[in-house]
Amino acid sequence: MTKDSLSQVLYVDVSKKDFYTRDRSDLFDQYMGGSGVAIQLLSEECTKNAEPFSPDNPIVFAVGPLTGLFPLASKVVAMFKSPLTGNLGESHAGGRSAIALRSSGLGALVIKGVSSTPIYLSIRNGEVHFNDASALWGMESIYTVGRVLRENEPGSGMRTIMRIGKAGEQCINYAGLTTETYRHFGRLGLGAIFGSKKLKALIISGQNSIPVTDKKRYRNIYDEIYTHATQSELMKKYHDLGTAVNVKSLSEIKGLPIKNLQTSTFQEAEHITGETLASQYLGRRIACAHCPVACIHIAALRVPYEREKYFYKTTMIPYDYELIYALGSMLGIGDPEGMLKLIEQVEAYGVDAMSMGVCLAYATELFQKGMISEKETLGISLQWGDWTSYIHALRNVMARNNEFYDTLAKGVQQASSVYGGKAFALSFGGNEMPGYTTGPGAYVGYLIGARHSHLDNAGYSVDQKQGTLLPQQLIETLISEEEWRQILSSLVVCFFARGIYSPEVVQKCLICAGMERDADALSFLGKTILQEKFAFKKREGFSFDTLNIPQRILDIETPQGKISREYLEECIHEAAEYYR
Amino acid sequence: MMRVTIVDAERCVGCQSCMFACARRHGTGGLLNSAILIRSAGGMERGFKVIVCRACPDPPCAKVCPTHALVPRKDGGITLHADECIGCGNCVDECIFNAIFWNPEKNKPVVCMYCGYCTEFCPHDVIAHEKKGKNEKKGKEEKMEKQVSITRGETA
Repeated sequence: MTKDSLSQVLYVDVSKKDFYTRDRSDLFDQYMGGSGVAIQLLSEECTKNAEPFSPDNPIVFAVGPLTGLFPLASKVVAMFKSPLTGNLGESHAGGRSAIALRSSGLGALVIKGVSSTPIYLSIRNGEVHFNDASALWGMESIYTVGRVLRENEPGSGMRTIMRIGKAGEQCINYAGLTTETYRHFGRLGLGAIFGSKKLKALIISGQNSIPVTDKKRYRNIYDEIYTHATQSELMKKYHDLGTAVNVKSLSEIKGLPIKNLQTSTFQEAEHITGETLASQYLGRRIACAHCPVACIHIAALRVPYEREKYFYKTTMIPYDYELIYALGSMLGIGDPEGMLKLIEQVEAYGVDAMSMGVCLAYATELFQKGMISEKETLGISLQWGDWTSYIHALRNVMARNNEFYDTLAKGVQQASSVYGGKAFALSFGGNEMPGYTTGPGAYVGYLIGARHSHLDNAGYSVDQKQGTLLPQQLIETLISEEEWRQILSSLVVCFFARGIYSPEVVQKCLICAGMERDADALSFLGKTILQEKFAFKKREGFSFDTLNIPQRILDIETPQGKISREYLEECIHEAAEYYR
Repeated sequence: MMRVTIVDAERCVGCQSCMFACARRHGTGGLLNSAILIRSAGGMERGFKVIVCRACPDPPCAKVCPTHALVPRKDGGITLHADECIGCGNCVDECIFNAIFWNPEKNKPVVCMYCGYCTEFCPHDVIAHEKKGKNEKKGKEEKMEKQVSITRGETA
């Protein structure tokens, strides 16, 4: 049996254009992979109090023992110090990134330093090629960058092409990293860290076989998971309408964020539901490598050229629930074509849709309240639903065209300390809010999650399934979910498959991968990894005491009624006690 | 006559489950031993190409094999006699569909064995296992009985 290469970690220094590989069985044996290993590598490599855009801030990518072996183990975990929150940055993405990294004979990749000129890295079977990217730097659209790299690099079908757009080059604090055109390490500004390192793209390819301990057992458990993924009700919503399925149901219960949470009703929501988009625009469905579910939904938008008859362009624009929330309902946009055009621009610049949408919503409210004028917006009258203005404003943010847009490029928390409106600057722990106003579970989840993301602990699901809990109960429920998710993100399994990957299934899979763990060991490991993340956060200055609760979320009715500040503060206090 | 046929590449979502199935047939994870490749048709927005041996009746790959390691089958396609192979790679260059793959660890080609295992893992019936010139059974229907034979007779 060939030896598994999972424990191989590649260290790349983009300052010196140097690299070396180390066996880190010490980390992989204890923490399995993914988040568990990444937080260790980040703690080792990131200098204490490192400035996010300095050479001392590393980028860590990690996969896990199930990557390349089982379906839906299709994600890569990225860790770095976030420029947006000034603390732990963690972002996950799929596409072909996970399979490519594992097939390249690596379990993790660490990128350090800062290049003096634009470069892109090409990693083939674990060997690093440093390439000049001066010609790619400054290109208007990330789509074109992808096209050029696709045609110049080998390994089609067996590689990942991660790249940044203009947002990353400009170090917009919430710039994302795009992979395989339609997937993103979207949150917390990984794209900006790439930009600060003058790293335009990262291509990883390779071919590597992964050994299993018992071929027959491997096939049996594989078939069980595959059948679940393709035939059970568990995954149906993801492959039929995709995540956009949530727009209708959340809108009906008033759990969909609308116009910076000024209201909880939106008449036009029906025009941007998953059902409407699928029936009128869905052009193609695609999948991440090794995921038969294919949740990625892409609209085909056919637009006539105004000045030339019988001339059309058809563009393929991805849509997901979070994009529809942030660039649709949050901005009062109910025109599906307008929303798709805004999404297309956001994608072309490679900026996180959620943060961008929340920033534009905040700016709109500032403008409406007269706290800024056309002097700040450079003549743009920001109005709910006016997607054309939002595209213009977006361009101004990307170019950091004046002091106002430059500040907006730093996120709503920083912008509100300059322009005011802290009450309606909707960020949690410095991260712009995700698309759920379902009740206290969602908000507390954002506040206490290690990434301040809805995916940390699924508070929105607690709201919908369990209603309002006592603070202590809610904290226990959320933290216990977040602990289990550390296991999934260390394997690394897509969170959409959490219904399939029960602790029992995970144990069976791990046996095939030669990494046996009993239920208690997994439970303990989940707790440990989450504690390690908070240890890093505290090392970098995080404190539960300084978490800001925007007044707006207390003013608006949620499906669970109004929420009191005392309740939220009690929850934060409980969480602080837990992590003490 | 048995081979893997492409029913409708437009339905392909690019999940590559077929590729993993092919590699798993050898009892390994990863993609090194896959004899089928799914790649984008010039960006994922354009959909996917399915590249797999089409079992040519008069296979050009066998004609350029200097050691007769690739032997034409009676009903089309080829059989690899790995012991005879010297790893020259002529077959890879000759296949106009690029459907012969390479295992650099063994320095030998990876060729389709027409077993149809991959078709059982296509969630959208993009590919099918064709027998005797027509589609007797489609991938999924065939799955159960096939699984038994595969797990019994461990293939190479």
